[in-house]
Amino acid sequence: MKSQHEIKMWTPTTLLLLLFMAAGLVIIIYRLMAGLGAVTNLNDRFPWGLWIGLDVLGGVAMAAGGFLVAGAVYILNMKKYKPIARAAILNAFFGYLLAAIAISLDIGVPYRIWHPIIMWQIHSIMWVVAIHVVLYTSTLATESSPMFFEKLRMEWAANVVHKILVPVVLFGVLLSLLHQSSLGAVYLIVPKKLSSFWYNSQLPTLFLASAIMMGLSMVSLETIISGKAFKHNIDIGILSGLARGTMIAAIVYLAMKLWFLAKGPGISALFNGTMEANMYLLEMIIGVIIPLFLLLMKNARENITSIFLINILVISGILLNRLNVAIFGLYRDASARGASYFPTWMEFVVTLAFISFAIFGFKLSAKYLRVFPEAEAQH
Amino acid sequence: MAKSVLIDLTHCIGCRGCQIACKEWNERSVKKTTMNGNFTNPKELNSECFTHIRYVEQELNGAPVWSFVKNQCLHCKNPACASVCPVAALKKTKEGPVTYDFSRCIGCRYCMLACPFYIPKYEWEKALPWIRKCTFCSDRVSADIVPACVKVCPTNTMFYGEYNDVVKEANNRITKNPGKYVNHIYGKDEAGGTSWMYISGVPFETLGFNMDIPKQELPDLTWAYIRKIPAVIGVVLAAGAVAWAITRRNKNMDKEE
Repeated sequence: MKSQHEIKMWTPTTLLLLLFMAAGLVIIIYRLMAGLGAVTNLNDRFPWGLWIGLDVLGGVAMAAGGFLVAGAVYILNMKKYKPIARAAILNAFFGYLLAAIAISLDIGVPYRIWHPIIMWQIHSIMWVVAIHVVLYTSTLATESSPMFFEKLRMEWAANVVHKILVPVVLFGVLLSLLHQSSLGAVYLIVPKKLSSFWYNSQLPTLFLASAIMMGLSMVSLETIISGKAFKHNIDIGILSGLARGTMIAAIVYLAMKLWFLAKGPGISALFNGTMEANMYLLEMIIGVIIPLFLLLMKNARENITSIFLINILVISGILLNRLNVAIFGLYRDASARGASYFPTWMEFVVTLAFISFAIFGFKLSAKYLRVFPEAEAQH
Repeated sequence: MAKSVLIDLTHCIGCRGCQIACKEWNERSVKKTTMNGNFTNPKELNSECFTHIRYVEQELNGAPVWSFVKNQCLHCKNPACASVCPVAALKKTKEGPVTYDFSRCIGCRYCMLACPFYIPKYEWEKALPWIRKCTFCSDRVSADIVPACVKVCPTNTMFYGEYNDVVKEANNRITKNPGKYVNHIYGKDEAGGTSWMYISGVPFETLGFNMDIPKQELPDLTWAYIRKIPAVIGVVLAAGAVAWAITRRNKNMDKEE
């Protein structure tokens, strides 16, 4: 393997990431000065758009790998996954940081982002979500702090964190289970506005199950990519273990989705040609049906190429699910009087900037911190 | 006790006095509008317009019918907007109005998503925007003065009073005038009941009313989830601790072997 210092910083990819981040920053400044109306196509009938659907709902689901791997390693003592624990936690930290920044920009009065901490309203899912973001981002910061302490040669601080790591991880698992499902619960309040393809009483459980699929796939994908990029051995045992986890979550998720499809619009509604039905089909075929078909075959779960493909499919499909809940599923009701929503190019650029920030941040960490200590030990 | 208003659509002549009175009392400005094919102006409620008349032209039983529908916040008895607000900026007061306090608001717009009637509006063009909607003239109502739109109406389209009296009046008008009204009080059951209600001579669905509003109080849907959280916390922490203890013991036993 290359030692971490050999990771090249100024590649064309990095420059492209920086370009997106710079463009995003300009738009963010403009948004803060001129307001949401100047930058987004949001309107009174579509109060939430791309930033909430993709950056917040999608970003948080992507970060689910952090609590799953941390829980497996530190609570269930599954040592096999130790080599990817740091990367998974760091990745989740960036995911949450992004979601937090995206929310701060999306709310109308960003400098009041702290209000929920002191102005309690326990009947509000949004309050529950806000508290979770604050607590879990702090938890993830604590979980990943040993990497920074090592770098700063503050071994005593890293040791303190190691001593309390098990309860911290358990707290993180609890917060994640609640937070992932709470994001689904946000939509429990719109029974008629949200199409029955997506609305049902178990939205929280469905969000949790799909977040587990997405989180495991994300960790797997990132293990493959960083393995290739940093040229260390990829332990196929870890990848097939993650793939099995994705498979189990996908089976539960598919069963629940089918049950609520039958109970709600009915199986036959799938083929009625409406935009909702088509989006639902697309989401399920990409994110669940094809991946599950592959995952059920043992040799597909033990081959890096097929695992890579499965990860891409699951991540795209579940992201599409979040967009369906946040935008497409609400479209028919909201557009009844001629309103419409399609993101502006500026909304897209800011989203790209967020994603670039996460990738760039992870790359920096991989270069300067010991994200893959076991892989280095092999060297 | 909780005040309430009945809008009797058979009385309205579409003069828009309420629209003007509302603007004056609430110190609202105007937004540029364009011709949109009928008299409704502005076409939709917006952050400067808390109430307006929707003009509906249609043919019923072979005769032309022109109806005037006053629109504004319905002030639900248990409002979804207030229940979802993370900082309690929106509140249902005991006098009836659902009020808004900008000093708490973070601008998350969950109220706009949650409202089944699409009532809360946003000041999209401002850097520090407010949520805007009909206030039920809460400042007047708390001083026992009728709302501005009710006060100005020349045809007594609106009947203002205690909630129970208003429901009684609506039932009276429907039963005492056979054939004049459709047998439905819009807002009596919609969204679990609203403080503003309508009776009409022509079917509500032909006037652009959403008849597919849930009949239950919407906040119950999210509360069903939130109230389980304490139990989940207990179960997860206990299960996690037990799992950790067991797997650690197994690990130690492996070492001894």
